[in-house]
Amino acid sequence: MYELINVTKSYDAKRGQITALSEVTLTIPDGQMVAIQGPTGGGKSTLLQMLGALERPTSGTVALGADVLSSMPDSKLAGIRAKEIGFVFQGFNLIPTLTAQENVETALAPLGIPSAQRRARANAALVSVGLGERTGHRPAELSGGQQQRVAIARALVKEPDVLLADEPTGNLDEQTRDEIMDLLEGLWRDQGLTLIVVTHDSAVAKRAQRRLTIKQGKVTEKS
Amino acid sequence: MFGTYLFRELTNRRKQTAIIAIGMALTIALVIIVNGVSAGVSAAQAKVLESVYGVGTDITVSQQPTGPTEGGAAGGPPSFDFGSGDGSTADGSTQLSQARLTTGPGSATFADTALATVQGVDNVSSATATLSLTNINFSGEIPDFQAGGGGLPTDGTAPPTGGADGAGGSSFDIESITVTGIDVTGDAVGPLTAVSLTDGRSFDAGDVGTNVVVLDSSYATTAELGVGDTLGLGGEDFEVIGIVASTSSDASSTNTYIPLDTAQRLAGLDGQISTVYVQAASSTDISQIQSDIETVLPDAAVKTQADLASSVSGSLSTASSLVSSLGTWLSVIVLAAAFLISILFTIAGVTRRTREFGTLKAVGWSNGAVVRQVAGESLVQGAIGGVIGVAVGLLGILVINMIGPVLSGSATTSTFPGGGAAPGGGTGGFPGGGGGGPFGQQAAAATTDIVLQIPVTATIILVAVGLAILGGLLAGAIGGWRAARLRPAEALRSVA
Ligand SMILES: Nc1ncnc2c1ncn2[C@@H]1O[C@H](COP(=O)(O)OP(=O)(O)OP(=O)(O)O)[C@@H](O)[C@H]1O
Ligand SMILES: [Mg+2]
Repeated sequence: MYELINVTKSYDAKRGQITALSEVTLTIPDGQMVAIQGPTGGGKSTLLQMLGALERPTSGTVALGADVLSSMPDSKLAGIRAKEIGFVFQGFNLIPTLTAQENVETALAPLGIPSAQRRARANAALVSVGLGERTGHRPAELSGGQQQRVAIARALVKEPDVLLADEPTGNLDEQTRDEIMDLLEGLWRDQGLTLIVVTHDSAVAKRAQRRLTIKQGKVTEKS
Repeated sequence: MFGTYLFRELTNRRKQTAIIAIGMALTIALVIIVNGVSAGVSAAQAKVLESVYGVGTDITVSQQPTGPTEGGAAGGPPSFDFGSGDGSTADGSTQLSQARLTTGPGSATFADTALATVQGVDNVSSATATLSLTNINFSGEIPDFQAGGGGLPTDGTAPPTGGADGAGGSSFDIESITVTGIDVTGDAVGPLTAVSLTDGRSFDAGDVGTNVVVLDSSYATTAELGVGDTLGLGGEDFEVIGIVASTSSDASSTNTYIPLDTAQRLAGLDGQISTVYVQAASSTDISQIQSDIETVLPDAAVKTQADLASSVSGSLSTASSLVSSLGTWLSVIVLAAAFLISILFTIAGVTRRTREFGTLKAVGWSNGAVVRQVAGESLVQGAIGGVIGVAVGLLGILVINMIGPVLSGSATTSTFPGGGAAPGGGTGGFPGGGGGGPFGQQAAAATTDIVLQIPVTATIILVAVGLAILGGLLAGAIGGWRAARLRPAEALRSVA
C-alpha cells in the first residue's frame, strides 16, 4: 500500500522554482489498478518518480508498505526498486546491444540470482508475454509492440509488488495499444500486483478501477 | 551479466571500440619503439664506454687537476733537459735522443692510498688503480749555430722555435706511446676487461715489478712488434708477453699495458695513481658510492657511467639526445592525446547512454554496478589497444633491427679535464709538439661503429600494457563518475 502525505516536489529552474507536485496526499491500496491522467507538464511523471522510488520529495512522506521511501538513502532506494517495483516506459528503454533475453535478465542482475536460474526465469517471462520465439533478437529487430512486451517481461520477471507504467502505449498504434493493455491487465489480474498507469489516452484510462487527474501538481479523484 | 553486457557493448559498438583501441594501440606502439630505441642507444653508448673504461666499471675516480703545473712530479708536460754535453756532435749538428715516461700533459696523479679508501666505501664490489703515462721518445738533430744556447725550450709550454721546415733547419722525431700501468693481480674491473687476448698471455701475479708489456693489437701492428720482442719504454727494455685486441672496432684506448709498480718506478711516481676504477655491488648503489667517495676524497673527480655517457660524441650522441628529447616529448604528447581521446569518447558514450544507464538504475542496478560496467568497457578497450600496440611496437622494433642503422660514437675524455688522467683519450694535444713531430694520429679517441639493436624486455611490454590499462582506467574512472551522477529518473525522460 502506498501512502503519500503532503508530498511536494519542486525543482530549481532558471526562472524561479517550479513546483511539479504540490501537497499531494494519496493512498493506493495493494492490488489496485490506477490510471493517472492530466495535461502535459502537470506532474504525472513526477508523481511516478515518487511512487517508483526514483526521487525523494522535497517535503512530505512517501511510504510503500513499511518502507518510508522519502527518507531512504539512494542505495536503499535502489534495493527497493530492484525487489519491489517494475517499470514500463513510453520509449521502451531497452538496452540496444542486448538481446531480448539479456534485457530481461538485467532486472534480475541486482538480485544476485545465479545465471542459470536467471536465464530460465527471463525465458519464462518472455514466453508469458508471447515472445518465446524472439528471445535472441535485439531491440532493433523487434517491432514497437514487441519491444514493449520485452520491457513488460523485464518489469515482471522479478515478481514485483508494483508495476508503474509511464505512457506505455504512447508510442504504439491503436491495435498494438489494445494488445499491450490486454497483456498488462491480464498480468495485473493474475498476479495481484498494484498497477499504476500514466496515460492521456482515455481508452486506456477507462480500464482502470480508479482514475486520478493531476493538474499543476494537484491530484484530484475522478469518478 | 557484467561480462555479457561488456561483450555486447564492445562487439556491437565496434566503431567506438576500434577508435579508442587504435588510438591507444598507436600510442603504445610509439612508446615501445621510442623506449626501445632509447634503450638501444644507451646500450650502444655503454658499449662505447666499455671499450674505453672496461666492462663492469660503474665509477671512475681521478684527480681534479690543480691547473698547469710546471713539470712537477705530480704530472705536467714532459720536459727534456739536454745539457750542452748531451748528444753527439758531427758534421756541424748535434744528434740528440732521449726517452721519457711521464704523465700526460696537465694530468694529475694522486696517492694510491685512495684505492684503499675507495675499497673501504660501502657497497664497492671491487676497485683497481691505474697509472696513465705517455712514453715519449725524442730524437733530433740541431744545427750547431744554436748549440751555444745550451738547451732547447725545456718546459714544454713553448714550442721549439725551429722545426724540420723551420728557420732553424733542425729536425726532430718524436714518438709518443700511451702506457697504462695496471694492477697485474686483479682484473675484475678496469681497462683490461674491455679487451680480449689474441696472442701470448695476460699478466699474472708473477709479473709484479718486472719489465713486461702487453700491447694493443693495433699498436703492435703499427710498430711491427710481436710476442717475445722487446720494446723500449722510459729508457728500459720491456718484453712483449701478450697482444690484446680491443673489443671496440678500431682505435684502442691505450697502446701498451705494463705492471703498475713498474710504471710508478719508471715515471718516478712511487705510490701515485691516476685513475681508480670502481665496480658497484649493485647498480642501485652507484649514487651512494659516488657521494661517499666524494666525501672521503674531496679533491677527486668521481664520474659515474651516466656522467661518462655525456662524453660520448658522434651520431650516437645525436641519436641519444634526439631520442631523449624529441622521443620522450612525442611519447608524452601522443600518450596524453590518446588518453584524452579515450576519455572524451567515454564521456560522450555515457552522455549518449544517459537513458540506458538511467533505466538500469530504475530497474534496481546500484551505482557501483553501473560504474563498474562503464569502467570495465574502457578498461577492456584500453587493454585491447595495449595488446595491439605491443604487437605493432614489436613489429616496428623488428623492422628497425632488421634495417640495423649504424651509429658511430667516440668517447672523448672531455669530462676529464686532465686529458691523460683517464686512459681513454689518447694523449690529446701535446704542447711540446709544435716543432713538427707526427702527433696527429696520437689524438685517438675510441671511435666505435655500433649497429643499433633495440632490446625487447618484458619490462617495457609490461609498462606499455600498464599504460594502456592506465589510460582505460582513467577514461573509465571519469566516465564512471559521470555515470554515477546520473539520476535514475533519467529513464523517464521523454523520447525526443
Ligand atoms: N528534472 C527537472 N528539472 C526541472 N524541472 C522539471 C524536472 N522534471 C520535471 N520538471 C518540471 O516539472 C513539471 C512536471 O513535469 P512532469 O514531467 O511530471 O510532467 P508530465 O505530467 O509527466 O508531462 P508529460 O505529459 O509531458 O510527460 C514540468 O513543468 C516540468 O518542466
Ligand atoms: Mg511525463
